[in-house]
Amino acid sequence: MYFDPIMQESIKKVEAAREANIRMDPRRMTAEEKDVLLKTYHPDYKTAEFTELKMGPNKGGKVPVELAELLQGNPRITPEQVDLTKPDYDVDVLIIGGGGAGASAAIEAHQNGANVMIVTKLRIGDANTMMAEGGIQAADKPGDSPAQHYLDAFGGGHFAAQKDLLYKLVNDAPEAIRWLSELGVEFDKAPDGTMITTHGGGTSRKRMHAAKDYSGAEIMRTLRDEVLNRQIPVVDFTSVIELIKDESGCCAGAVLQNMETKELLVAKAKTVIMATGGAGRLHYQGFPTSNHYGATADGLVLAYRAGARLLYPETLQYHPTGAAFPAQIYGALVTEKVRSVGAMLVNANGEVFMNPLETRDVSAASIIRECTDRGNGVPTPEGFGIWLDTPMIEIKNGTGTIEKRIPAMMRMFAKHGIDIRKEPILIYPTLHYQNGGLKITDDGQTDIENLYAAGEVVGGIHGRNRLMGNSLLDIIVFGRNAGRHASQKAKEVSVGQLTLDHLNAFNQERANAGITTDTLSPRLLPDYTRRRNTL
Amino acid sequence: MENLVTVYFFGKKYQVPESLTIMEAMEYAGYQLVRGCGCRNGFCGACATIYRIAGDRTLKTCLACSTKVEDNMYVATLPFFPLVKAVYDIEKVKPTEQIMMQLYPEIYACIGCNACTNACTQGLNVMQYIAYAQRGEYEKCAEESFDCVMCGVCSARCPAEISHPQVAMLARRLNGKYLAPHCDHLDERIAEINGGKYELLLEDLMGKPISEMQELYNNREIEK
Repeated sequence: MYFDPIMQESIKKVEAAREANIRMDPRRMTAEEKDVLLKTYHPDYKTAEFTELKMGPNKGGKVPVELAELLQGNPRITPEQVDLTKPDYDVDVLIIGGGGAGASAAIEAHQNGANVMIVTKLRIGDANTMMAEGGIQAADKPGDSPAQHYLDAFGGGHFAAQKDLLYKLVNDAPEAIRWLSELGVEFDKAPDGTMITTHGGGTSRKRMHAAKDYSGAEIMRTLRDEVLNRQIPVVDFTSVIELIKDESGCCAGAVLQNMETKELLVAKAKTVIMATGGAGRLHYQGFPTSNHYGATADGLVLAYRAGARLLYPETLQYHPTGAAFPAQIYGALVTEKVRSVGAMLVNANGEVFMNPLETRDVSAASIIRECTDRGNGVPTPEGFGIWLDTPMIEIKNGTGTIEKRIPAMMRMFAKHGIDIRKEPILIYPTLHYQNGGLKITDDGQTDIENLYAAGEVVGGIHGRNRLMGNSLLDIIVFGRNAGRHASQKAKEVSVGQLTLDHLNAFNQERANAGITTDTLSPRLLPDYTRRRNTL
Repeated sequence: MENLVTVYFFGKKYQVPESLTIMEAMEYAGYQLVRGCGCRNGFCGACATIYRIAGDRTLKTCLACSTKVEDNMYVATLPFFPLVKAVYDIEKVKPTEQIMMQLYPEIYACIGCNACTNACTQGLNVMQYIAYAQRGEYEKCAEESFDCVMCGVCSARCPAEISHPQVAMLARRLNGKYLAPHCDHLDERIAEINGGKYELLLEDLMGKPISEMQELYNNREIEK
């Protein structure tokens, strides 16, 4: 139920226009229209929100101001504070991060006979993977092909993807789905075993596989169960605050910190896989986020400081449909699948103003335009919102569709007294995904020897914008890939003397660049407290 | 100024705005959360919480991230609960009744009190899915338990000491791997890929200039 009189008035218009709106098939925007729209309204084009890096491998490149602050931030330790001669852990493969990429990597490395350990600053599964709702892409149906998938992703990413990585993403996709199925992931299927697939924004074939709208949660909990079955050690509530190298410059471990006791620990490893995920909790440009609590770009910071290049760190994804109301779920993800199964975007006057399945960057920019220059947004306590007309779903597909296909969305709004089967919901773009990140080769290695990376921390797979369903896919494909290569490499690595010399070099370069901020990085967790007069 | 309500975190009194969730209210009060906070949106089960409203004898359960504060609410969080997780090899287990008897025999000690269902933060019929698990009806158990976030509140309330979320996890994996209908088109596509069917097509796309890719992309046919 909505109690705000302006919202109630607007809903009447949405309801009155619903029958006519359902029959519409709004045309797609032309390439030129999209280009102008993005440049005018997409947050990535707000130049004042970006700054040039003064140091490091990407010196001279632009990144969001909040990220620059951390990339050029002050390390939490000095080399003298850590005794590297008595490591607390000594493993073949150290995996940093307990999300989908880290868990996939751990399983494959373990399968390959390696002694593996996962370290994560929260719990295994506290990750954006757990919150991915809509689905995972794979071209596994007749009428579709990996080449078609490549074309959709390459175009949707503005022709900027690293081609060899995208090749691997689409070509290994069906195998990734089978691997998950064989681990016991319950994909939505017809009685004859055919996968139930839908469109996502920017797909030309229906290749979105799902597990209701708990797709990521279903994948993550299964991977976690498998990690636990294999008895792979998971050191939880422990963050990585610095990478360790050996005297030959190869990555050789990490300095860890217990998040509760603050104790410092040393992990020595033959190879390291960075799988720390994204950065939504940095709240670029003041946006709310759909990301989990720990998404603070730690992996970018740690690897950058050790000498790894970033690719496209200036491109972020704002998911077009974050919850705009009520305040308790402001910024929470409303899965794209809501549109895949039939809901349209409708403005305050009840008008359909765009095709609901444009790519995410285009959809987000279009919604921002509708709420700003066009003045067709619905006022909310936090700003403005656009209606996502969910009752259309059951008019099109029959009663019961919402409970069966998007139960998480139904529950999320029901907790706040809104029945999405009968009432539309208000949405506005929310900070969702880090398109860019660490540059890797197709075997998953970064610029630093023996430092691998997988998942959202990687840049280049998707170019400058990512399609729905290609992130759950990339954490599996590239997580497994990194796990296999890092464990194979570990067989031939002999670690030299451990050192934190790169920290001294970083501090020197920092001083030379005239950077004097005392911001500590990595950030580890956001601070939402309202404390006054604390020590 | 927004209306304030009185809440008690672990018995200590704080005044917080009434629009906040329990999690936001803890942060408002000054807690920097490390435990008990994960996705902040009802999917990860990190923030299981128990509360009672003063004057009401009912002990309620919820996720702190998705529940609004109420006046005179006494809150205790349950950021970790020691569930029993049986270790097994998914390749070796079979979806028979015996597997539950071996791995989670305590489910047969269920006394039917329904405390698990009453406690579920997701509103699931937990006792029912345990009944399905007892009978080896894993497909039904999987469906009934599908929305479980494994917060562990059910187990905290269970007199038979059952680890419901782990029982359901096993049932879902058995169902997904062994009982769900097999997908033939997936096997066929993987065989094609392994046979190299798409290599040339993909390499051809990778070799095209951007202008040609733009042409292909902008004019590609979109399946209805």
